[in-house]
Formats: sequence, structure tokens, C-alpha cells
Amino acid sequence: MSAVAFDRVTLTYGGRRVLSDVSFSVPQGAFVGLLGANGAGKTTMLRAILGLIKPSGGTISVLGGTPKRGNPSIGYMPQARRALTHMGISGLDYVLTAAGGHRWGWPVASAAEKAAAWKALEEVGAADLAQRPLAELSGGERQRILIAQSLIGDPQLLLLDEPLISLDAAHQRAIIDLVHEVGERLGIAVLFCSHEINPLLRAVDSVLYLGNGKAAIGNVDEVISGPVLSKLYGTHINVVRIAGRIFVMADDVELESGAHVHDL
Amino acid sequence: MSTIFDYEFMRNAFYACTIVGIVAGAVGYFLVLRGQTFAGHALAHVGFPGATGAGLIGLSPFFGLTVFTVVAGVGIGLLGERAHRDVAIGIVLTLSLGLGLLFLHFYTAFASQATNVLFGNVLGISLRTVIVLAVLAVVILVALMLIARPLLFASLQPELAEARGVPLNLVSILFMILVAVATSEAVQIVGVLLVFALMVAPAATSLRLTRGVLAGIGVSIALAVGIAWISLSLAFLTDWPTSFWITALGTIAYLTSGAVQRATIRHAVDPSTAANDRS
Repeated sequence: MSAVAFDRVTLTYGGRRVLSDVSFSVPQGAFVGLLGANGAGKTTMLRAILGLIKPSGGTISVLGGTPKRGNPSIGYMPQARRALTHMGISGLDYVLTAAGGHRWGWPVASAAEKAAAWKALEEVGAADLAQRPLAELSGGERQRILIAQSLIGDPQLLLLDEPLISLDAAHQRAIIDLVHEVGERLGIAVLFCSHEINPLLRAVDSVLYLGNGKAAIGNVDEVISGPVLSKLYGTHINVVRIAGRIFVMADDVELESGAHVHDL
Repeated sequence: MSTIFDYEFMRNAFYACTIVGIVAGAVGYFLVLRGQTFAGHALAHVGFPGATGAGLIGLSPFFGLTVFTVVAGVGIGLLGERAHRDVAIGIVLTLSLGLGLLFLHFYTAFASQATNVLFGNVLGISLRTVIVLAVLAVVILVALMLIARPLLFASLQPELAEARGVPLNLVSILFMILVAVATSEAVQIVGVLLVFALMVAPAATSLRLTRGVLAGIGVSIALAVGIAWISLSLAFLTDWPTSFWITALGTIAYLTSGAVQRATIRHAVDPSTAANDRS
């Protein structure tokens, strides 16, 4: 049984075909970098795995079953899209809202939920941050709180949507090492969504690269190559490796870092 | 001061302020948390033609107000994110006030009450209205307790809540109905135009001062009730309108909380790491 398997899957979103006849599988416990330019369908793919979007063709299998909304075996960290207007709330309270937050009633956490929240916070070494308001935390610390939240309920699959956004290089490294270490220790498969391949090189087992409605999966050297990426981008791509870093270029424009800057 | 409770209208005013303060503080907290404060403002405006229209056909203005705000609340809830279009909201608001004015034009006998609907008249509240306010308040608070948990989750992290199976639309509509009824209650105290003062100022102040959610709701309620009580007392002493005092005290509370917040954050963050850590 694989953590995630796509069999000839087609996804459409807002009338646009995002993925077309895509097949791949992610083994249990693997750390996979999910890459691709803005609008390549990374978030849409995660939402399909979560059961929030039905594929218009093909079948998706998640941990041996069909995707279903509210699957407790999946930990999810959405991309931070909105400014946090509620920064006075402590990290612990923030994490606790996710523990049983789908049930009706008054938001008093049970002893079991508190225990689960603390366990998750300790898992990422953020227990000492828990009582502080989010406003007082740095970007990297806040991401750790959010990763802790995604670990609640002992998931077997972790979907992280752009956890590196707006972090500097040192904090990016720290977050990747943390996710890598936690994933290995707990045996969780991780789909780590990012604009940039370079920060991920140190940790990923394989990469899943989306572009032009297609996907390529394999280890870094197999996928991040001129011929493969040229097919995904639909234009001629040069891949240049310098001093352990990878640059993906089209017509002398560096694609990945360009996308990254654009998103900020 | 010792004679303030000798008057029945003052006693009723204090009852009403207590009831509405509790409701506005609790509902307002979630309203601010969700970034929907202008929805509260808009609902009150939409209620204005409801109140004047009800007067026109011989119904209670409070009833008309509540019906209109609830319908508008469901509408805003259904629209969801799409309701955050400032031009559309502005046009609906002005149309509402325009319609209210038209109804007043046809029913001039009601005109004397128009100021009360627009700016509130807490000193004119009858014991019967107090009882209606209390019953509605209980309904609102019970309903809020039932939806608070998914509401909080959906407010803080909508994408995650959706993935975990929270019905976002349903929660949003249910909450907007509560906001609508709470707005109608607040209009009895501060009027259509000044609802922000009671629904938003205490809650926003509380969000700046508290960390936990429960503490936040508690402080929000305490501030709303406290501001209303002090405003009533000041109105009694100065003969100035209660609504003015509520807006003034709400503003002072909010500004003060901003200063307190800045001071505590400066104090809490270690300057050696703050500079390069913040993104």
C-alpha cells in the first residue's frame, strides 16, 4: 500500500484543467518535494488528496482508501494566505482549535485533546513556545507551531503547502530538517510543497514536479533535468548545477527563484 | 448618583445595557476574529428600512429591524468571501438608508422616532422591551455555545477546518444569523449608525489584550457591559446622549489597548533576535 497513488487522474479547478491523466505513487514514509511554478496545481493536488476536490477522471488512493474529507490519517498545513488578525492568541490555543474543532459545542479542550496538542508541540520541539502569543513568534517559530498542529491525531501522511514561504535561508533549512527528522522518526510520508528545489535537496527522497498539466516523479537527478522539465514547462529548459545548487532556466530567466519572488 | 436607580427608565436602561453588552461582547469577539466587522455595520444599516417600514405598516420597529437584519445576515453568510466587495457593500448600505428615508417620507408620524433608530435611545426602553431583549439574548448565547467550536476553527484556519470536515458555509450562515439578531439588540442601545461602538470596539480591545479565547470572550463582555454602564452613568450626570459616551469610551478603550499592546510586545521580544527574525 502506498501513501498516495494517482492512477490516470485528471483534475479541473475553476473550469481549467490543472492535471491531465497523471499517474504516480508515493511510498509510505517517503519525503517527497512537490514542485512546480505558481498555478501548476500543487495546492489543487493537495486538495484532491484531502477529498475536497473530486477528480474528473482516474482514481486517487490515499493510504489504501479513497480520499475522504476529514480523514484523520492526513495531517495538513495549508498555505498561509491571510494576515493573521488574531495574533494575540497563544500557540497552544491555536493548535487546540484543530483538535476536535469539527465537533459542535463550546471550545473547551478535553484532557485528551490537550495531551494530543502537547505531544504534537513536543514532537517539533515547540513546547516552550506554546504559551506565547503568535504575535511574539518569528516566522520560523510560527511555522513550527503550524507543523505541530498538522501532527495532531498521529497522521500517516503529511501534506505541507509552502511551509518555506517568507522564511530566510537559515529558517528554511531548520524547517526542512525538522520535517525530515519528524517524518523519519514517526514513519510519516511527507508531501512538501515548495517553489524552490534548492532548500529541499538535503532532505527529499524524491521530487514530484508539476507543470503543464503533467507530473514527473523520481529522484532529483532524474526529474530536475533539461529534457524532463522542458516537457513539463512546454518550452526549452536548461538545468544548471553550480556548487551544489540547481538553477532552472528558460531563455536565461531563472524560473524557480522568479516564481518565488513573485509570490512574496 | 444615589438617585440614579430611583427612576424606572434608568433601571430599564441598565438592564438593557447589561443584556446587550453580554451579547455584543460575545458575538463581537467572533466577528472581529473573523475579520467580518463591517458585516455587523452593514447589517445594522440594512435594518433601518426594516424598522421604518415596519412602522409604516403598523408593526413594531424592533420586529422589522430584526427580520431585515436576519435576512441580510443569511445573504452575507451565503455570499461568503464574495460579500467582501466594498463597492457592493457601500451601494447596499446607501440603498438601505435611502429606502428607510423613503418609508419615513410616507409615514411622517414615525419621523420623531427616526433619530432613535439611527442613534439609539436607551433611556426610552420599556420593561417589555427588556424582557424581549433578555429572551433573545438567551437564544443567541445558547446558539453561540453550540457552534463556538467549529466557528472558532473555521475563523482561525478556514482551509484546515474545511479539510477536517467543518461545513464552512453552514457555520458561516448560522453565525451571521446570530450577528443579525445581536445587531438588532445593539441597535436598541446605540442605534443603527453606531452599532460598531458596542459590537466591535470592546471585542477588538479584548483581542489586543488577551491570549486565550475564553479569556478574550470574557474580557470582551466585561468591557461592553462596563462601557455601557459607565456611559449610562455619565449620561445621567451630564445629560449628554448615552450613545455619545459609548462611542467615546469604546474609542478610548481601543486606543489604550493599542498602546498597551505595543508596550508589552516591545518588552517581550528580545531585541537581539527580533531584527532579523521577523518576516
